[in-house]
Amino acid sequence: MNSEYLIELRSVTKSFGNVNAVDGISFGVRPGEVVGLIGDNGAGKSTLIKILSGVHQPDSGQIIVRGREVRNWNAAKSRESGIETVYQDRALAPQQTITRNIFMGREIKNRLGVIKVKTQYEEANRLMREIGFTSKVFDPDSPVATLSGGERQGVAIARALYFDADLIVLDEPTTALSLVETAKVFGFIENVRARGRSIIFIGHNIYHVFDVADRFVVLDRGKVVMTEDKANIPVAEVLIKHMQEIAELGHAADASPA
Amino acid sequence: MIGSATGGKQKQIAREEASGIAKWSRNNRRAITSTLFLIVMLIGFTMANPEVFSQFKTYRSVMIALPVSIFLVVPLVFVVTAGEIDLSFPSVVGLASYAFVSIVDQGGDPLVGIAAALLVGAFLGFLNGILVVRIGLSALVATLGMNFFLRGLINILVEGFSIAIPEIRGSFIHTLLTDDTIMIVENQGIPNQMLWALAFTALGVFLYNRHSFGVRVHCVGDNPESAAEMGIDVDRTRILVFVFTGIGAALAGVFSVMINFVWWPTTGDGLLLPVLAGLFVGGTPTWGGIGTVFGGSIGTSIVAFIETGVIAAGLTGFFTQFFYGLIIILSLIFQRFNGGRVR
Repeated sequence: MNSEYLIELRSVTKSFGNVNAVDGISFGVRPGEVVGLIGDNGAGKSTLIKILSGVHQPDSGQIIVRGREVRNWNAAKSRESGIETVYQDRALAPQQTITRNIFMGREIKNRLGVIKVKTQYEEANRLMREIGFTSKVFDPDSPVATLSGGERQGVAIARALYFDADLIVLDEPTTALSLVETAKVFGFIENVRARGRSIIFIGHNIYHVFDVADRFVVLDRGKVVMTEDKANIPVAEVLIKHMQEIAELGHAADASPA
Repeated sequence: MIGSATGGKQKQIAREEASGIAKWSRNNRRAITSTLFLIVMLIGFTMANPEVFSQFKTYRSVMIALPVSIFLVVPLVFVVTAGEIDLSFPSVVGLASYAFVSIVDQGGDPLVGIAAALLVGAFLGFLNGILVVRIGLSALVATLGMNFFLRGLINILVEGFSIAIPEIRGSFIHTLLTDDTIMIVENQGIPNQMLWALAFTALGVFLYNRHSFGVRVHCVGDNPESAAEMGIDVDRTRILVFVFTGIGAALAGVFSVMINFVWWPTTGDGLLLPVLAGLFVGGTPTWGGIGTVFGGSIGTSIVAFIETGVIAAGLTGFFTQFFYGLIIILSLIFQRFNGGRVR
């Protein structure tokens, strides 16, 4: 059994009616690794995220966490396994403070439900510093609505860290963000990796994924068509060429087997 | 802590304290705005009629009935923050206080009567919650329907008769709830119901800002999908705000009967618009996710002083509604320019 992976999927399938949304996918994520999961619309990315977060159960295949297979996979087991998913739009309550968003649903409180405001504030401050918030314009009491798009992703990532996530799944975190904001998100991701946590970065903008990922997993029509370390890909254009071949042929001409 | 700090650290502490005031005013901007508005309005009234507005009895006359509105507005802030609305509270006031007055009228212990009123209020609130949250009716329409339905039920039950309970005067519970304890001038003090209403406001402020219930109400009203994603029981939170409003309406009903010694089939009827106006004037916006409990109580005070002010200023009663409208719109414009909506 291969335990170099934090989490590993083996031959996972999921179909809806006649559609094989995920058709025998195998890949693993190592501790402290950023995996870029790339694929066009309909490649099976969102189904795969929902399997990882436990919203969907796979029809067949194995999910192995830290070398041990987890059966009857569901949302609770996903969270227990240290997986947190950050969805792009749904994550935050914009009129609430950063602190309230980080502790939403899991407040630090006493037995009577009274919130330990000071503890939460300090903890939020610590988390924000850890993932690289440097701005002095806002503090944990600032409403999320006053933050930029990239900073909001940072708050969602800080929340995942507070829940001791070992693997943070980011669903299109830089779509609709400017270059400056994207750079901020990359900064947050670097800090998460530096702490030995893993990230799956899902996107369809190859340039975005290319800069931040250690390894790429390319999906097409429910299958992994390519897995490659960044070390073997000199520039993003090479990856794009692969992707174009995949789109035309259904497989990469000269990529290493999945 | 400051004593052991180095010079640099002290500087830092000083800066944090300075920004503390700025932060406090930023976080409480809506409540501060409505409080300033109340003060400006009272100054205006005093200038129009210094003689009336320099006397304590003017303020006391407002403080006699104002608490009834405060017991309603505090939980309603929670309802509106959760993204809902409750228009059934006038009839819940009526029905819950009917339970109270019936028990006292038949020689029952007033405390038992209060407990019965609270049970009726909580149950009717729960019913509202079920209609809106579980059955999925529009809160606006469902609670409006409940308001008519419950008032109709009252009319069927009592066939237009009112119930007087003069015997409650002098009882321990009546003294505790509605006598004057803190004397200001001879024979006149702050009515106890005002103190209870202030305590209720303080409890509301605490629940709203410092308790996980209030914080979850904020999150549910702001982004229900996100709240559910984070493990908050959104349905339960929404039902609870309706139950809380039912309890507030029961307290309002009990105080109303205690103050008047009479229960009418119309008890609570006139409260709908002034209380809602007070809620929004106080700085809680209509769209959910944010609000202010303290501001809500201030807002109902603004509304309560309008009538007294208009009459004292020498205008006839015909002007009351005109000024209600004018002051409500002015204060909302005030909030708009000082608030800045983020949605």
